[in-house]
Amino acid sequence: MQQIIYFFIRNKNFLLFFVLFLISVFLTINSHSYHKNQYVNSANFISGGVFSVKSSITDYFDLKDQNQKLTEENRLLRLHLQNIEETIPALDSIQPVNDSVFSIVGAKVINNSYSKTKNQLTINKGSADDVVIDMGVISSEGVVGIVSHTSKNFASVQSILNSNSQVAAKFKKSNHFGTMIWDGKNPNVVQLKEIPRVANVALGDTIVTDGRSTIFPEGVMIGTVKDFVIEDVGDYYNISIDLFTDMTSLKHVYLIARKDAKEIKELEKEATHVEQ
Amino acid sequence: MWNNEILINTARFLVLILLQVVLLDHINFLGYVNPYLYIYFILLYPLTGNKSLLILLSFLLGLSVDMFNNSGGIHAGASVFIAWIRPLVLKYSFGVSYEYNTVKINTASFSQQLVFIVSMVFIHHLILFSLEIFNTSQILFILKSTLFSGIFTTIIIFCTLYLFGKRSL
Repeated sequence: MQQIIYFFIRNKNFLLFFVLFLISVFLTINSHSYHKNQYVNSANFISGGVFSVKSSITDYFDLKDQNQKLTEENRLLRLHLQNIEETIPALDSIQPVNDSVFSIVGAKVINNSYSKTKNQLTINKGSADDVVIDMGVISSEGVVGIVSHTSKNFASVQSILNSNSQVAAKFKKSNHFGTMIWDGKNPNVVQLKEIPRVANVALGDTIVTDGRSTIFPEGVMIGTVKDFVIEDVGDYYNISIDLFTDMTSLKHVYLIARKDAKEIKELEKEATHVEQ
Repeated sequence: MWNNEILINTARFLVLILLQVVLLDHINFLGYVNPYLYIYFILLYPLTGNKSLLILLSFLLGLSVDMFNNSGGIHAGASVFIAWIRPLVLKYSFGVSYEYNTVKINTASFSQQLVFIVSMVFIHHLILFSLEIFNTSQILFILKSTLFSGIFTTIIIFCTLYLFGKRSL
């Protein structure tokens, strides 16, 4: 017994190191698996508070660019509205729909990363503003990521620039769909997999999100085809996409949720259950 | 004197975390190279201080940086490792005499400082990037990131040492 106690005392530093190192590796592997299981994340009042203070100072630096982006977005939305009013003259008589399919929350990015292989953003809206996990995050230019954790006033977003991210995407012109992933190298380029060989691919084709995942609505812009090759094995294309969104200067983003996402998920779950 | 040391180390701990997550994680030199200055705390921890306490504090230091970065436990793991291996690296860079409080890191000769700091920085970065990328097929990318970030971190640590080291901060 004494021997055992002596052993522990003699090696206490090694044992302490070993236990803490194991915990770290566990936390790391944990953060690689599905995002809901992560214990340590930036959606809490300490890091949220620090990032808020930081962003309240640094916001002024790129105010001009951000204003320009918002003005450009307003212009496009106005153009859209004009065109709709043109085609539907009696728009005034149509009441705004209260039970629309999507709900949208506006938010500001208070911390952004794009240089790692597993990037996350922190935004200044949380569960108090009806932000929930799995909401899609978009900017005025295109997709940004998916909400992975929420606290009362903050949420962290798994960026599309994260080697664990997968987004359902498709060709705007032909509806051939695949999965968008990121190889961790260039923050302006993502990869599109599983596009079948029969699809007609050309440089410059527009890629948009696919509605089948219930996270993003159909048709949110992603980017254009930059380069493509046919995989050595299998009958699929391997496509590089130039992103529309400049992930390195994000400020104002929108969080989108499909209100009936839960119903769709449950139905799909039931269907697979019956099949088995 | 003893109280003063606790105060300095506590302040250093907090200031380094803040500096790391607010400023240094956003430098992105050449697109992805960032310095990890926060390990300065582990390097300058009193040579005769409690080793178990250093391991525990390093874990907390790394975990705080991880919390801000949403990176799981990569900084915690790398920090705990260099905290544990520190006595060995000290012995091999400064000789056995460091244990008798005759050496101080900020007053030692440049070559001794260089060996100590470079060894610690590169061990830390290698573990950090291995845990972050976590993929043996990307070993070249791990080594490249380690090299570039390591050089950057070493330069910044030397600057900090010469700017504040004399005042033992």
